[in-house]
Amino acid sequence: MSEPDGTLADNVMHFARLLRRAGLPVGPAETVAATTALRHIDIGKRSVFQAALRAVMVHRHEHRELFDQAFSLFWRNPDASRFASALAAMEGMRAPDEERAAPGSRRIAEAMAATKARPPREEEPPQTFDASLTFSERERLQTMDFEAMSAKDIANAKLQIAKLRLPLDERRTRRWRPSTVGARRSLKATIRRSMRTGGEIVTLAREARVVKPPPLVILCDISGSMARYAQVLLHFAHSVANDRTRVSVFLFGTRLSNVTRQLRDRDAEVAFQMISDIVPDWSGGTRIGEVLAKFNRDWSRRVLGQGAVVLLVTDGLDREGAVGLEENIARLHRSCRRLIWLNPLLRWDGFSPKTQGAKVMLPHVDEFRPVHNLASLQSLIVSLSALPPPRGAAINAWREDT
Amino acid sequence: MPASVEETGALLAGQGYVADRALTTAVHLALAMGRPLLLEGEPGTGKTEIAKVLAAGLGRRLVRLQCYDGLDLSAAAYEWDYAKQLMAIRLGETAGAEDRKALSKDIYGRDFLLARPLLSAIDPALPPAVLLIDELDRADEPFEAFLLELLADFQLTIPEFGTIAAVEKPVVIVTSNRTREIHDAVRRRCLYQWVDYPDAARERAILRNKAPGISVLLSAEIVAFVQRIRQVDIFKLPGVAETIDWAAALTALDQEELAPGAVADTLGVLLKYQDDIANVRGADLARYVADAKDAARAA
Repeated sequence: MSEPDGTLADNVMHFARLLRRAGLPVGPAETVAATTALRHIDIGKRSVFQAALRAVMVHRHEHRELFDQAFSLFWRNPDASRFASALAAMEGMRAPDEERAAPGSRRIAEAMAATKARPPREEEPPQTFDASLTFSERERLQTMDFEAMSAKDIANAKLQIAKLRLPLDERRTRRWRPSTVGARRSLKATIRRSMRTGGEIVTLAREARVVKPPPLVILCDISGSMARYAQVLLHFAHSVANDRTRVSVFLFGTRLSNVTRQLRDRDAEVAFQMISDIVPDWSGGTRIGEVLAKFNRDWSRRVLGQGAVVLLVTDGLDREGAVGLEENIARLHRSCRRLIWLNPLLRWDGFSPKTQGAKVMLPHVDEFRPVHNLASLQSLIVSLSALPPPRGAAINAWREDT
Repeated sequence: MPASVEETGALLAGQGYVADRALTTAVHLALAMGRPLLLEGEPGTGKTEIAKVLAAGLGRRLVRLQCYDGLDLSAAAYEWDYAKQLMAIRLGETAGAEDRKALSKDIYGRDFLLARPLLSAIDPALPPAVLLIDELDRADEPFEAFLLELLADFQLTIPEFGTIAAVEKPVVIVTSNRTREIHDAVRRRCLYQWVDYPDAARERAILRNKAPGISVLLSAEIVAFVQRIRQVDIFKLPGVAETIDWAAALTALDQEELAPGAVADTLGVLLKYQDDIANVRGADLARYVADAKDAARAA
């Protein structure tokens, strides 16, 4: 239809910049596409205009709400020089108690104010340590409980953890790659090879199945009782998430946060800063049943495909007296191929699953392991690369004991 | 091709598809800009149907590629006809293989190429197509990477043969149920639209189109009940496809209006998980039915 005039194109560009500052991945390609799209619609109709920009500039359902908020702010008064008035309007929109403003609107407000100020980092004394530990020091670290570690020990342990690799038992895929000892012959490669010898087939080309590790999902409890372990295990999650593909990491206390994208940042400190910005419930209570219900409903179908392995890291101490835990842990168990419960409380020899949460969860997990020091992390890694035990076998150990 | 959003809406409506404004705009832009359209949403919200409707409305052939784990080039794009190639090699031998180069050129010619859906969709020799890449989330990541060339340039490069490009761009509809996240690279090459459950008015219109024989009262109550159930905390919400099935089920049972007994007996058509059925069938069922009747009367 009509060519968008200069002002409109300018405004689309400013709008794209606003979206970018609010954290949406909107690049020049999207801006150009948006200008093109406006040629094909009647820009007099606001809902069509909005739908068109959204179809072109938003690529994920999660970004939709942020986009709609930014749209209603920006195009109410689409004059870049009048950002301030939009910002003032924004203030009025905030919830009076201020504590839980919609996360999107806060991010947009920050973007519009274009403040560079980030929340101050936690005061931590600068760490200087010798990365080359002596043998005895390393030995000591291996068996030391994470809870008992000093800040310096933790820093050293983190270095060790960063070196850990997680070799999950490999799954056969339905893909094939060329291989001299493969199980299947490949006609395509055989015929192509025969071209070298003038159509004479001298050797048969073969191909073998591609194997690859299954997806891994880490559900980590960050409630008060788990605080110290969570700190270290988050480092473990970070190194795993950066080492391989198809890893999803969720943190939970009273609510569930998906931190996979944040953890992908190579720099652990940057990743943790971003995580602490988005996770609202550090060191609070736990509502495992409710959180697992939310995971099952919103995420299980999206991340548990293709034979996923789930690491559930929690001490099983539930604030709500294990309400809804039974059916949700059962469903989680049915939806994944292998469910491993990592529990730091298992470090005590006298531990037995007496708490309500543990009693309910144990029949539905395949493995039950401690995670309280480096040695236990390493034995976890060894067991993950072995064949999985029979399903639901974790409880047998307790049955035999008693 | 429709010239405006309204014409696109008319095109969809002409084929019995009731779309909201946002979806119509996205479809129109995909057609007008010649870009693929990525549709995400819960199962049973009519994503696949759009491709079928577009093919029928535009008078194009529909090329459908159902994705699955391990889908590879030979099933999705093209395959060489090995038997024919081997035969040609043998024939070449008996004729005296003086020219090896000519032989390799011969057996990697167009005649030896078997077209699978993707190649068929952009084949210049065939009429223009609507290409439906269904449930892309079921395929694995390597397949997504392979799609990039097709989605960006509507062409396929075959190492032995060369590049085959579409003369007239196919309309490409990609759907995903989000059992896995589609990679950003694919998203960037597509227009994106989230397909949500319809509101009551739109769902009634859909039901009118798909189950014309049903009484106005019953269809209003069915829609109101399904809309009510979607507010309940259950694992798998019923989609539009389930609504249509349920309407057919109640009609088959000669129901004139919703009755708690018949609803309880046919819940398996609407809900597909035992926990969900138990949840809805419990104490609240009578209340849900009563709510639905109220809502239907108000509508």
